[in-house]
Amino acid sequence: MDWSALFVSLRLAFGTCLILLPVGLWLGRRLARMQRRRVLVEALVALPLVMPPTVLGFYLMLAFAGDGPVGGFWASLTGTSLNFSFTGILLASLVVNLPFAVQPIQRAFEAVPETLREAAWCSGLSTRQTFWRIELPLVRSGVVSALALTFAHTLGEFGVILMVGGAIDGETRTLAIAIYDRVQAFDEAGAGRMSALLLGISFLTIGVVYGLSRRGGRRHG
Amino acid sequence: MVEHGHVGFPDQGLDAQARDAEGLSVSLHQAGPIPLAADFACAPGELLGLVGPSGSGKTTLLRAIAGLTRVASGYIRCGGQSWFDAARGHSLSVQARRIGFVFQDYALFPHLSARDNVLLAVEGESGEERRTTAEAWLSRVRLEGLEERLPHQLSGGQRQRVAVARALARKPQVLLLDEPFSAVDQVTRRRLQRELALLRETLTIPMVLVTHDLEEASALADRLCVLHGGKTLQSGTPETLFRTPDTPQIARLLDRHNVFSGEVVAAHGERRLAWGPYRLEVGQGLAAFSPGQSLRWYLPPSDVVLHRRGRPSNGERENPVEGRVREMVAMGGVTQITLAFDHGTETLRFEITTHAARRNALARGEVVQVSLLADAIHLMPGASS
Repeated sequence: MDWSALFVSLRLAFGTCLILLPVGLWLGRRLARMQRRRVLVEALVALPLVMPPTVLGFYLMLAFAGDGPVGGFWASLTGTSLNFSFTGILLASLVVNLPFAVQPIQRAFEAVPETLREAAWCSGLSTRQTFWRIELPLVRSGVVSALALTFAHTLGEFGVILMVGGAIDGETRTLAIAIYDRVQAFDEAGAGRMSALLLGISFLTIGVVYGLSRRGGRRHG
Repeated sequence: MVEHGHVGFPDQGLDAQARDAEGLSVSLHQAGPIPLAADFACAPGELLGLVGPSGSGKTTLLRAIAGLTRVASGYIRCGGQSWFDAARGHSLSVQARRIGFVFQDYALFPHLSARDNVLLAVEGESGEERRTTAEAWLSRVRLEGLEERLPHQLSGGQRQRVAVARALARKPQVLLLDEPFSAVDQVTRRRLQRELALLRETLTIPMVLVTHDLEEASALADRLCVLHGGKTLQSGTPETLFRTPDTPQIARLLDRHNVFSGEVVAAHGERRLAWGPYRLEVGQGLAAFSPGQSLRWYLPPSDVVLHRRGRPSNGERENPVEGRVREMVAMGGVTQITLAFDHGTETLRFEITTHAARRNALARGEVVQVSLLADAIHLMPGASS
């Protein structure tokens, strides 16, 4: 069992979820109410879904390189490289998971009728209070599925992470990559244990999501 | 807009200025996207019904009062405070306007109980006090014992009551009701209308009711304001509007049928209204016209008197006309009769009790005589055909 790979995977998954939660809420809410240019933004957000992971990884690798636009900026800021670093795969993971985080939240916001927000304003609630007390509770199930999808998908991501991060032990080698390495080294027993672990985590994630959305369903009808 | 007399209501003594200061006064104008040319006022304790066909701008006006829709020019004043003044670029936020808004679909918060829906609109004070206030409002709309229910666990009528309680719990300066009875069945609607009529007696704020249901509007509202294409055409008590609509268009919008074309003539040394072969006496208003002038006129169906066959009476000397029954529609105890006349295509409608129709042996094609009561004939100048 490659414990450092598991640790990298979990760190990556939690980090991605943590950062994408506010991004998903902001972007999802904006998109749900957007009139103009909505299709363009939606297409951009969805792009990682349809791009082959290796292609996306290749472009991210170019961008993250020391002479690339993002990598160069990062190097001038911190003096370190993005490619082959945990920060690099975290950034890549954010890009890859954007649609998984945004789309369920956007759908949830779209399902909140405009009159509810207006009724809240008429009841004296500020825009901020309306968000926390009316909108957020109503999009909760959307947020939960966004987080679950992002979490599970980050654990399983292979191509993009490999292109950007390689497989540096304790830094960029995730569980999914470790499994591939094990198989390449004819260690089927090791690959099997890790696969079973990933399967277990995925099952648990889905279970938690269904559990939470069931509870939400009972409360809201 | 023509302001007709406004009689028999608590604000009777208030002059226009006082109404302006204490109540709600609205003047909103814009060319588009939704054209508006609306001017109306609503006194404290008065219930004003905005009526008109769908797309006439009723809901837009309500939303503009609430601050949910921005209008290009005009003003909104309420309770002596300026809420909106386009000339000064001034517009209070929705939250600052203190409005109670009952939405057409009620817009209850689905994740909150009936109590919490109301509680949200209760301001200040301690938590316990707010709770007590919210529950007091719920019991005022007769929802005791249902405080814990979520909106989906309530019937349509109960939901509407929660919406009303929530709107009033804010201690609003104006109550806005957007088609509040359209989402419930007929029986519930009657009951809710009765409850609103009782509740409003206790309220001292201006109330604006938007509805496309004329019957509902005239039953509930002290005054009606007729809207068409965003324009306020006429306002007055339901009685005033139904008996004396300013124009044939308003009569049509109010579903009044008996609009005719006539001409002023001099006969027997006095002015008469020529309609086909008839020279009708008119109670008032005819003196202002000169002979030869053509105009439209209207007669409320209640002021058509059917002559009983073979039993002439005094009333029959008043504007007797003869027509042929073209249509008889029996609806419950009342039969609506449409008469056609030899001199034109205009038809006259009136209602009599179904048993009276039977007793008179009325039938399609029969020729009958009716009197058109002179005092009720309403002239509509400036609207000649």
